[in-house]
Amino acid sequence: MNDTGPLLAIDGVTKAYPGVVANDNVSFTIHPGKIHALLGENGAGKSTLVKMIYGLVRPDSGAMLMHGAPFAPASPSAARTAGVAMVFQHFSLFDALDVAENISLGMEHPPPRRTLAERIREVSEAYGLPLDPTRRVGDLSAGERQRIEIVRCLLQDPKLLIMDEPTSVLTPQEVEILFRTLRQLAAEGTSILYISHKLEEIRTLCDGATILRLGRVVAECIPAERSAGDLAEMMVGQTLKAPEHAGGSAGEVVLSVTGLSLDPTHAFGTRLRDVSFQVRAGEVLGIGGVAGNGQDELLAALSGETLAPIGAITVNGRDIGTSGPTARREIGVLTAPEERLGHAAAPDMSLTENAMLTGYQRKGLAKNGFLDWRRARSFAEEIIKTYDVRTPGPGKAARALSGGNLQKFVIGREILQEPLVLAVNQPTWGVDASAAAAIRQALLDLAGRGAAVVVISQDLDELMEISDRFSALNEGRLSPSRPTHDLSVEDIGLMLGGAHDMEVAHVSG
Amino acid sequence: MRLEKRPEPSRAWMVATPVLAVILTMIAGGVMFALLGKDPFVAIRTIFWDPLFNEQFAAYSRPQLLVKAAPLILIAIGLSLGFRAGVWNIGAEGQYIIGAICGAAVGLAFYPADLFIVFPLMVLAGALGGFLWAMIPGLLRVRFGTNEILVSLLLVYVAEQLVASMALGPLRNPEGGGFPGSRNLQQYSAASNGELIAGTGMHWGVVAAFISVIFAYILLNRHLTGFHIRLAGQSPRAARFGGVNPGRLVLFCMGVSGALAGLAGMFEVSGPAGQIGIDFNVGYGFTAIIVAFLGRLHPVGILLAGLLMALTYIGGELAQFMLGLPSASIQAFQGMLLFFLLAVDMLTNFRVRIGRGAKI
Repeated sequence: MNDTGPLLAIDGVTKAYPGVVANDNVSFTIHPGKIHALLGENGAGKSTLVKMIYGLVRPDSGAMLMHGAPFAPASPSAARTAGVAMVFQHFSLFDALDVAENISLGMEHPPPRRTLAERIREVSEAYGLPLDPTRRVGDLSAGERQRIEIVRCLLQDPKLLIMDEPTSVLTPQEVEILFRTLRQLAAEGTSILYISHKLEEIRTLCDGATILRLGRVVAECIPAERSAGDLAEMMVGQTLKAPEHAGGSAGEVVLSVTGLSLDPTHAFGTRLRDVSFQVRAGEVLGIGGVAGNGQDELLAALSGETLAPIGAITVNGRDIGTSGPTARREIGVLTAPEERLGHAAAPDMSLTENAMLTGYQRKGLAKNGFLDWRRARSFAEEIIKTYDVRTPGPGKAARALSGGNLQKFVIGREILQEPLVLAVNQPTWGVDASAAAAIRQALLDLAGRGAAVVVISQDLDELMEISDRFSALNEGRLSPSRPTHDLSVEDIGLMLGGAHDMEVAHVSG
Repeated sequence: MRLEKRPEPSRAWMVATPVLAVILTMIAGGVMFALLGKDPFVAIRTIFWDPLFNEQFAAYSRPQLLVKAAPLILIAIGLSLGFRAGVWNIGAEGQYIIGAICGAAVGLAFYPADLFIVFPLMVLAGALGGFLWAMIPGLLRVRFGTNEILVSLLLVYVAEQLVASMALGPLRNPEGGGFPGSRNLQQYSAASNGELIAGTGMHWGVVAAFISVIFAYILLNRHLTGFHIRLAGQSPRAARFGGVNPGRLVLFCMGVSGALAGLAGMFEVSGPAGQIGIDFNVGYGFTAIIVAFLGRLHPVGILLAGLLMALTYIGGELAQFMLGLPSASIQAFQGMLLFFLLAVDMLTNFRVRIGRGAKI
């Protein structure tokens, strides 16, 4: 084996699914000890590609070479044996088990429990990822959970570590720590395949980048030599316009939440603690925070799915906390939860029926309880047209739409009802860049027309872009809000609670 | 060969699967009858054809079709609402019994007064009895989170004990010479649910069954409550988000299915059965579960499924009588119908692909 030879070479790999070519003749190489970025929008084919490397999917044609030898893992366990490890974007951990139990479940041949706990301590300290093997996973933050996944990979001594969107759940401080760990691993000779659509991260971390668009490689570059704008254009294939604020001044306080404390409705939910904020007409309040810090609970409290004590939530001085979703919609308080399929929309129902789901009151789609399907259909058509939802028609089932298209439909459905208050959770999660820009613009336009808008998001760039004021949710507590324009990344990181339990973090070697 | 999930449920298969299930049942049932030493073609013909068109039997069995189908349809329509919403009332048999007891008790209380009001009051009492019996599992689920499947099912056995003790005790015919069983309501004209058109089997229960089909169709397709029922069954979180109160929906579904089952019991006791006896119930409440699923939980489907199921009952009896088939084999035949229906059901949501790896 030659030191300068590639660790992994992907050569002309093609994978097609019915109706879509996920990867079309994709080639690139990763050298030992390098951090290589795979950059692309959602649906560009990044996931399919790494699934092939990890043995979850087989290519239709093309070859992969590991150290110059043909590499065609038939299963993830074959890939692991060959030295490939992967940290998924969505963790596969059991809340009710402890850290060591979770790690041993993911290993091919787990060592005895005591040895394993020792090894976990060793590895986690060596890489600056403190982890207590006896803690229960349900009690850990997202950053700590990710550490479990990383440590699980490191225990297998991988030659190639694949990280799928690892920073989407981390605070800026935690991102710094993760990057130090990754650089240390690279220095020790491990190759890292880093998947992301966050350009600045890739510019600071990665040695090389392959950019995918619609399943094809559109460019190879050294990210540090390119500007974020260049990378974005290569990724999207067009120039993106930053959303514009309508520039209206904030009016009277519309939505007011005072001392809202709520017990979690299920085990491992987050308790809301003394949450207070106000949103004025024409204003966008951004609420940041790492996933699992009370975002879902806060949105449920605003939508009426969870009821609040009297006086805790008022709109224009009128209590709404004690009324359910139906009564709140009547007043003009609308929401869009994070999970599109199964929460914001019923998967097996048509778009017309899903338009009816939240629209029947304000759009006059029902009279005396009898439903007017013709009007519901034209409302659905209006949403599809106004928000450029790509679908053959309103008769299609919600689950037949791609995530981004369904998100446009869900957000559009609420905005077109001209709410007084709109609260959205993760409005652009999994949505491609141009659609995300359209959704952000629509939210700003809505605020420009005088609505009070609350945007809960884990995407800090998004919040900086569209919100007038910023608050952070941390373990169910909401920080006081601060105007967005004079916030630095460090400020935000501290508001988010800094790095969880990271006081002892250190990097050795 | 492997299964692949369809992006959308197939409408064509949704209609075709019940037909396919009936055909498969005929084939498998035919094999079973052949193994029992009977000519499968004759057996299938006796079950499906002779009750309607055989010159010798049709005059008797044709009216029986409506008589047997009416309670099945009435109960299945109510159950289908709950099943669509994820509310599993398995105890319609019990609600049917209680409806019959309440209806009969009201009628007997007026005996022998010849008042117009007696029958309408019996209808109300029957519906109310079934409704209240179904409220027991309904309220327990809403209030304490008990499992309505178990509670409603176990209440069937309570109801069976109750009907037996009624037949021996309070409702026993004082002029019956000490035999168990109530007075025969068919002989008490103010309380009798007789044939509306002679020779057709058409009684008020049949009318109620047809009305319930129309009612359910409008509810599910045109009314907010029906929309919420479908929503809650398909996607409970989306339903909550849409403003559905889950507890209220459980009570609505349990209440309607209980009331319809109670009505079915009341029409039966005042009509075809005539009296409260120890073994009054014959399993309509359980068979209606099969009818509801055979009809795809769709009102029109249930109408057709109820008629089909009634046909297998009548045809099954005929086959026992004519060919000497054991009654267990008829029950197995009906069981096959549900089995095949559930098995081929997956074709609406999945498609079968031959060979590995999909290419475009």
